[in-house]
Amino acid sequence: MIKIKNLHKSYKMGSNTLHVLKGINFEVEEGELVAIMGSSGSGKSTLLNILGMLDLLDEGTYDLDEVPIKNLDEKKAANYRNKFLGFVFQSFNLINYKTALENVTLPLYYQGVKRKEREASALEYLDQVGLKQWAGHLPSELSGGQKQRVAIARALASKPKVLLADEPTGALDSKTSQEVMALIQAINKNGKTILIVTHEEDIAKMCSRIVRLKDGVIMEDKKNEMINAI
Amino acid sequence: MFSRDRWLEIFDSIKKNKLRTFLSGFTVALGILIFVVLFGFGNGLDNTFDKFFKDDAINTMWIRSGRTSKPFMGYKANRLIEFDNEDLDDITSRFAFYIEGITPRISESGDVGYKLKSNNYSIRGVGPSHQKNEMTIMMQGRYINGLDVKNKERNVVIGRLVKQDLFGDEDAIGKFVSGGGRSWKVIGVYQDDGGDNEERIVYTPYTTLQLIQKNTDKLGQIIISYKPEIGYGGAVAFEKQLKKYLKQKKFIDPTDPRGVFIRSAASDLKENDQFKSALSSIILFVGIGTLLAGIIGISNIMVFVVKERTKELGIRKAIGATPGSIIGMILQEAIFITSISGYVGLIAGIGILKLVGNTLEEDYYITDPYVDLNTAIFATFLLIIFGAFAGYIPAKRAAKIKPIEALTDK
Repeated sequence: MIKIKNLHKSYKMGSNTLHVLKGINFEVEEGELVAIMGSSGSGKSTLLNILGMLDLLDEGTYDLDEVPIKNLDEKKAANYRNKFLGFVFQSFNLINYKTALENVTLPLYYQGVKRKEREASALEYLDQVGLKQWAGHLPSELSGGQKQRVAIARALASKPKVLLADEPTGALDSKTSQEVMALIQAINKNGKTILIVTHEEDIAKMCSRIVRLKDGVIMEDKKNEMINAI
Repeated sequence: MFSRDRWLEIFDSIKKNKLRTFLSGFTVALGILIFVVLFGFGNGLDNTFDKFFKDDAINTMWIRSGRTSKPFMGYKANRLIEFDNEDLDDITSRFAFYIEGITPRISESGDVGYKLKSNNYSIRGVGPSHQKNEMTIMMQGRYINGLDVKNKERNVVIGRLVKQDLFGDEDAIGKFVSGGGRSWKVIGVYQDDGGDNEERIVYTPYTTLQLIQKNTDKLGQIIISYKPEIGYGGAVAFEKQLKKYLKQKKFIDPTDPRGVFIRSAASDLKENDQFKSALSSIILFVGIGTLLAGIIGISNIMVFVVKERTKELGIRKAIGATPGSIIGMILQEAIFITSISGYVGLIAGIGILKLVGNTLEEDYYITDPYVDLNTAIFATFLLIIFGAFAGYIPAKRAAKIKPIEALTDK
């Protein structure tokens, strides 16, 4: 599903160049649940940004579902993001003046799906995360766990190939974290490829594979005996 | 632009962000409102000015006499100069080249009555060309004519308000009014744009008035309307020659500033034009200033609005919004709000001007404040365009920002 070869990325910081990713080779098969671990500064967020087409690579190749991701202009990147990727963020990033349902319909709006269809579809995904009866509520009326579940429903709504989660449980207490991870595992069991960036060992252990980054290179990449959340 | 979904999305955003909508809308509405009202008041001042100075015909000269201040050719100083019928004839024949019309004006006041009603009015003895000098408009009947003057007829032409006072709804033409122990025939009713006082005057042939005043031939002042073709230069030359001639004729020291006075609209006109152009510049300055303040206001609000939405825009980008759709959304929303509120401000401003109407005429010299609709619409468009422009720059920047940067700002 994801193929990365010899990926390099550096940032210019004034006159200095900061070499963040130094030759990453990395493949993800369809249906995997991968944890990307590393301390801050290890390059894990940069890797996720490049995977999410939020940032451009300097060197190397990146194929997503056998589509080479290169020469991205802003518009193309937006279309690919919309078609291939679903994002889940640590701080949920729901639009605060839109209801849960409206938030979930938004990716479909940008796909050009008709209003009625996208509302029906969004309601289905809300049902899948167990929040159908909260469809009409604003994010401010939801708990942290509920917000993250709405965000997951939104990420799923565009039927992405890959779900990218950046510290999805970072802002949640441990019980809610478990619930959210259980949901992610369930989605994974349905066949969705999911990448999670985390620095929590507990969360990583709930994934089928753990990739450890340090100073811009992969230190360790091993299969993991997935522990079920809850 | 015309997608229903886009509009629904925008209405949703407008509806659910009332403060933001109100702020940007209010700025534009207020800007336009103030512009329209100030500009309207400016035009009202202009109107008042026109009314003051455009009542009398502009190609007019007023000749007055007074006391001399210098002794000359055996005459003592402080001698009273008076014009008489002979002077009128001499001027007429000597300056025929310049003169279009000439009339004396003998000013009196007296009681004029009809049936049981009576009132004190200004009475003026004039000739036929006086109608043109004062831009008197006949409503009924006719003005004093040459025959009236020649035959010293006891005919009067009365102002609209005189007619109203004495006759009410009754027809006045052909009726007789009393004055100075005699009866006078009303031959005309006139109106005048110069204000109420100008419509409380009774005109009669100057010869008739002279006859009553112990058959004198004194004239009061002389009013000349010169031919417009002679132009400003010709008028000034005419005034100079006329003054010289009259001083000679009346034995007044040529260096005496008193004795004979000539006021000409030509010299007045120049001053008035200068004053008016100054007034216009002030109005223009106020208008531009208001618009500029409005533009700065709406620009500030737009920058603030986009800044406030940075995170939302980042989210939209992360889930697939293209930069174009982000910019389009912001601009469309901004233009929609500014257009609607600009229109509201425009209507409100025009409404205020209508409401104010002439209530400020007496104390503030603002007559019929109005705004040329084209100017107002132009101003509204200017604000909309600048609002959109001011929104475009931050919107473009927001659309360019990497979603991850917008989003990690927790």
